[in-house]
Amino acid sequence: MSVNVRIPTILRTYTGGQAEVPAEGVTLSEVIESLEKSHPGIAARVLDDQGKLRRFVNVYVNDDDVRFEGGLQTPTPDGAGVSIIPAVAGGC
Amino acid sequence: MAKCAMGKMRRKGLAIMAAQTVATSAGSTGTSVDLGPATGLSCRECGTRFDLGPIFACAECFGPLEVAYDLPTGDPEALRAAIEAGPDNIWRYAPLLPVPADVASKPSLNPGFTKLVDAANLAKELGVTGKLYVKDDSGNPTHSFKDRVVAIAVEAARAFGYTTLSCSSTGNLAGAVGAAAARAGFRSCVFIPHDLEQGKVVMAGVYGGELVGIEGNYDDVNRFCSELIGDPLGEGWGFVNVNLRPYYGEGSKTLAYEICEQLGWQLPDQIVIPIASGSQLTKIDKGLQELIKLGLVEDKPYKIFGAQAEGCSPVSTAFKAGHEVVRPQKPNTIAKSLAIGNPADGPYVLDIARRTGGYVEDVNDEQVVEAIKILARAEGIFAETAGGVTVGVTKKLIENGQLDPSLTTVVLNTGDGLKTLEAVASDSGQTATIRPSLDAFRAAGLA
Repeated sequence: MSVNVRIPTILRTYTGGQAEVPAEGVTLSEVIESLEKSHPGIAARVLDDQGKLRRFVNVYVNDDDVRFEGGLQTPTPDGAGVSIIPAVAGGC
Repeated sequence: MAKCAMGKMRRKGLAIMAAQTVATSAGSTGTSVDLGPATGLSCRECGTRFDLGPIFACAECFGPLEVAYDLPTGDPEALRAAIEAGPDNIWRYAPLLPVPADVASKPSLNPGFTKLVDAANLAKELGVTGKLYVKDDSGNPTHSFKDRVVAIAVEAARAFGYTTLSCSSTGNLAGAVGAAAARAGFRSCVFIPHDLEQGKVVMAGVYGGELVGIEGNYDDVNRFCSELIGDPLGEGWGFVNVNLRPYYGEGSKTLAYEICEQLGWQLPDQIVIPIASGSQLTKIDKGLQELIKLGLVEDKPYKIFGAQAEGCSPVSTAFKAGHEVVRPQKPNTIAKSLAIGNPADGPYVLDIARRTGGYVEDVNDEQVVEAIKILARAEGIFAETAGGVTVGVTKKLIENGQLDPSLTTVVLNTGDGLKTLEAVASDSGQTATIRPSLDAFRAAGLA
């Protein structure tokens, strides 16, 4: 499955400045593995030492926050948009 | 007059003080940006240091960035006197904030120094035998505490050369940004959930900036803004609670400074604070810690309590379950200004409540409405729903024995009830309608 991944500004050093990059995978976990192959080093920024999503990272598959779905096992349908967003925004 | 007072404060206060780095400044170049005592940004998670700039998340671990300072030190008595000689707004604390020294001379809404109300009637109503105070931030220029944080963000926006101010908002912030932008000469374009209370929508729109409703809840709005800031479409925009968030959040420290100063430079024993993202609670704790470190108050234990609405209670749920992480929720409460289902500072709120021996509690919507009425009838203070949450939670904490009624307690009211009329409108209208005659008055039994 091919998806488009929106990259936050702080990770664009890994993507040559690109704000959106293609990746492959049927789950979010596979998409991150695919990203790591194309852009080495990026997975360690998104995942912690235990391989879980870092607590200050939000990931959306289309409009759904993966924490409400299947986490890293959330399905990523063909053509889906995946957004990686810093969680420390908003509110007061 | 304000400028003069600030100048006096600077001369009197800083001349006798040597600079002391409270947070380590290793790795920070400081850059040419003038934000007063701010020396850089530091990741709250991993400690990585960054220069002052419009960034908000750590490039290493995504953790939140915080302002690090060279805070003044020296004779606390002289610093207290310098502060007391300052203007009657947040700029009296300028030496402790990321703002330039001449901040009081710039166009600003000059928020802060709101009333600390001695709430003796409410104390009786709730069974408090010690002192109970309400810090009433509805007295700010746009009637919520948001004026404090926005005023600081405006100074950061100036320093970084932005001309457009923006934010994601549950309503109060939108109004605060619109008003501050109007006064300070910025363009504003703010984003809100499309279904907010009319009072907040009108208050946000009247200042003339762009007010955009997003079809979704606050978390959807916040996500949209986070994406916009990373897109060329958002280039040149200062989002007060996204790319300016490290500076913006510091404005909430002024609540801690004011409470202590108004208590005669003493720490309260207990504070009850509403939780939306949790930033306000963490910054009040930071402010209290700074006052202790600077010797402006005597160090003693204090407890911080967090208040949420049951329909959006990710932090209280995590607290009660003993968790260290906060699982997001989909909000469903009348307390829309607190309806953040994915609170960015939630984990830190848990840390602070546990460290200080406090608690995080929630109340349902009926209890929120009841609490708004209790406060209004006891003290003549009309709180918005967030204030209903704090008063309602205070009542519950006392009933459950978690809050000691014999101590000095401060409860925050962060906004004005006029913004959330819907919450109490159904049974707070006319109690009688009569003809304009004495007979009718007598007949209605009103004498």
